[in-house]
Amino acid sequence: MEMPVPDSEVLSRKPRIVARLQEVLPASAVIHDEAETRAYECDALTAYKCPPLAVVLPSSTEEVAAVLKVCHAEGVPVVPRGSGTSLAGGALPTADSVIVGVSRLNRVLETDYDNRIIRVQSGRTNLSVTGAVEQEDFFYAPDPSSQLACAIAGNIAMNSGGAHCLKYGVTTNNLLGVTMVTMEGEILEIGGAHLDAPGYDLLGVICGSEGQLGIVTEATLRILRKPEGARPVLMGFDSNEVAGACVSDIIKAGVLPVAIEFMDRPCIEATEAFAKAGYPMCEALLIVEVEGSPAEIDEQLGVILQIARRHNPVELREAQSEDEAKRIWLGRKSAFGAMGQINDYMCLDGTIPVSALPLVLRRIGEMSKDYGLDVANVFHAGDGNMHPLILFDANKPGDLEKCEAFGADILKLCVEVGGCLTGEHGVGIEKRDLMTAQFEPQDLEIQMKVKDVFDPEWLLNPAKVFPLAASASRREGAFAA
Amino acid sequence: MKERGPVLTPTTETELSEAVASATGPLRIEGGGTRPVGRPVEGEVLSVGGLSGVELYEPGALTIVVRAGTPLAEVEAVLASENQRLPFEPMDHRVLLGTGGEPTIGGVVAANVSGPRRIQAGACRDSLIGVRFVDGTGTILKNGGRVMKNVTGYDLVKLLAGSRGTLGVLTEVAFKVLPATETQACVVIDGLGDLQAVEAMAVALGSPFEVTGAAHLPAGPEGVPLTMLRLEGFAASVAYRTGRLLDLLKPFGAVRAEVDPVQVGEAWLGIRDVLPFAGSADDVWRLSVRPTDAPGIAALTGGEVFYDWGGGLIWARVPQGTDLRARLGAYAGHATLVRASAETRARIAPFQPEPAPIAALSEGLRRKFDPRGILNPGLMAA
Repeated sequence: MEMPVPDSEVLSRKPRIVARLQEVLPASAVIHDEAETRAYECDALTAYKCPPLAVVLPSSTEEVAAVLKVCHAEGVPVVPRGSGTSLAGGALPTADSVIVGVSRLNRVLETDYDNRIIRVQSGRTNLSVTGAVEQEDFFYAPDPSSQLACAIAGNIAMNSGGAHCLKYGVTTNNLLGVTMVTMEGEILEIGGAHLDAPGYDLLGVICGSEGQLGIVTEATLRILRKPEGARPVLMGFDSNEVAGACVSDIIKAGVLPVAIEFMDRPCIEATEAFAKAGYPMCEALLIVEVEGSPAEIDEQLGVILQIARRHNPVELREAQSEDEAKRIWLGRKSAFGAMGQINDYMCLDGTIPVSALPLVLRRIGEMSKDYGLDVANVFHAGDGNMHPLILFDANKPGDLEKCEAFGADILKLCVEVGGCLTGEHGVGIEKRDLMTAQFEPQDLEIQMKVKDVFDPEWLLNPAKVFPLAASASRREGAFAA
Repeated sequence: MKERGPVLTPTTETELSEAVASATGPLRIEGGGTRPVGRPVEGEVLSVGGLSGVELYEPGALTIVVRAGTPLAEVEAVLASENQRLPFEPMDHRVLLGTGGEPTIGGVVAANVSGPRRIQAGACRDSLIGVRFVDGTGTILKNGGRVMKNVTGYDLVKLLAGSRGTLGVLTEVAFKVLPATETQACVVIDGLGDLQAVEAMAVALGSPFEVTGAAHLPAGPEGVPLTMLRLEGFAASVAYRTGRLLDLLKPFGAVRAEVDPVQVGEAWLGIRDVLPFAGSADDVWRLSVRPTDAPGIAALTGGEVFYDWGGGLIWARVPQGTDLRARLGAYAGHATLVRASAETRARIAPFQPEPAPIAALSEGLRRKFDPRGILNPGLMAA
């Protein structure tokens, strides 16, 4: 993956830039020693690494504004960073950039159960938002797999999803307002505890803009009362087609499960070896979860099981206890860890129309043979968000490149069947150069024009999202005037 | 009624793009013409009504893609044939505004129109997953797509929703839809004051019973204040939750259940379409506020009000020409003038003026999408 050549002129000014940052922040909040900046050289896309010029860890919105004013005046690129859990390289620095990490902005500012909102600083982790309200039986709905570590700032930047978004939506559907600092250091308040935008939906475009429009320091989030209960069922089928048809029939029957997870045979085998959840060995496995009171759950599962039986399942397992429910989820939740035990892997997250599932899985199987790399599929089946895991050996020369080419082919296939490159991880650097597969030049141009409005000099996370060639003239300052 | 003059009526996206590209003056973008909200716009009418029809409907994937000029009624009928629906319950403005014509799905998106279910299912923008549109230069653009989880590039889908034709002319819109529910019921409390009503609605909305509508009518149909909480779903589930909600709300007084789904449906249609304020000549404002602030703000309006969204939405009826914002002073939220004469809409900004830095961003976006300033110019102006 190519990154822009660092600006040697900016590199030569490092001492002055660091000194100016130290003027506006406490000493402990500016990291510039090369050994220490190395801790920020990558995010969860660890194949790519580059230590930044410096790292700053502000403790308030005002400090973020002061830092951005310095960087703006000095013409230094800025890479915003939440917890560094991006799988797409969203927080990957360049050597001439300053990382603005929001990890010290981790306080809860307000909880308001009557209005069902919480206001937090953006460095707070996703799970600890729920942690702050669960004593009152409330929760924050978006639940990305990295929720223990990932920050709300990163969730907003990538518009993160999770396993339960079929019912509860993704970050953008649960975000009511932000405090955001522009690259020029101006502090903006957008949205709040009320609903909908008075004019243009700026909040809607900020969410998912991958840290390219501003740095979000505070967020007002919708919290919900926990359902009375939830219960999963596990179903095994002897083909992907039948499992796909079953998902479609469940949805058409008017039941809205809170999650429908899909695993294929390679994935089942790997997780069984690792987690021993007791999954049946079959071609396709579904975990369907519904919520409500015990009687409501019985009613919904009654409908779902009746549909499943029509598709001749090789296994139907209804959780009879909390413990059995946990076992049903155990394998799914350990899928990524299990893969990591076997091999290095690359996790993709293209989305496809649910109807294209059998075709896409068959094509992935064929490509797997062609490339000589194994692939396992985990899938949020209700919303079409795939997670193919391509297994490779990082120590084997050429394997990473082969894996990336395979991944690119899978994502192009997702687009071909009417889907998209990324459902919840974001573009970052990983899918940046594939954007032309999904968008015409003019579709990318209008998006870049949005960035022109918020960040005319293209200093915020500039080498992400858009193909480098497409953004070159802007990054090189042709549009700065 | 303003002289309409010649009307541009493209029937394809390409024709529409050519019409915009070759326009030499301002264009007034029209779907069904049922929602004359905003500053009056001078210009040649560009009707999107000719771009009509369902492009794709996959009930098993909960997605529908339709051309922007398709009548809303047609979209709803197609969805109903598979027992599905648009989740956000769009309001029909004809009732309140006394307009004719057929609302189009593009108009619903352009105005980000939602109804009572917005508190539980989100606004129009939350169900919208893809758009195709023509910008002010005549360029055909797309964003989002037909899948419900998509973070590929910037989310211009949200930006276009509610931009009222000032950033681009919508040609195609895609939605995530939901199953229609089997039945509905309503838990009703009589005689509450506004403060108590908002408190009762907060209790209901903070319960695990999935309330999909929470409204309070201080005047009530029979002159008695009426607080309404809607439950939807499978029959047994609705019955169960109705029972639990009745118990939960007992401390608030005379609680009862309305279980006839037809009557419940009619009552919520009235809330959705602001029936209590239909057929009068007064101005009508729509205020979005923090629900617990609502009674205080409502009192400042000096007019007749009712509440939707658990208090988060205040509908206020005030004498013609009232500058309601001047009366309200500073509060967290925003106010839109929905019904008023063209003269009043020219004098009082229908949309809440934004703070300078936000207004600068909005204006910057408008210039990028419509550099010649020909798409509904001034409609959303402060």
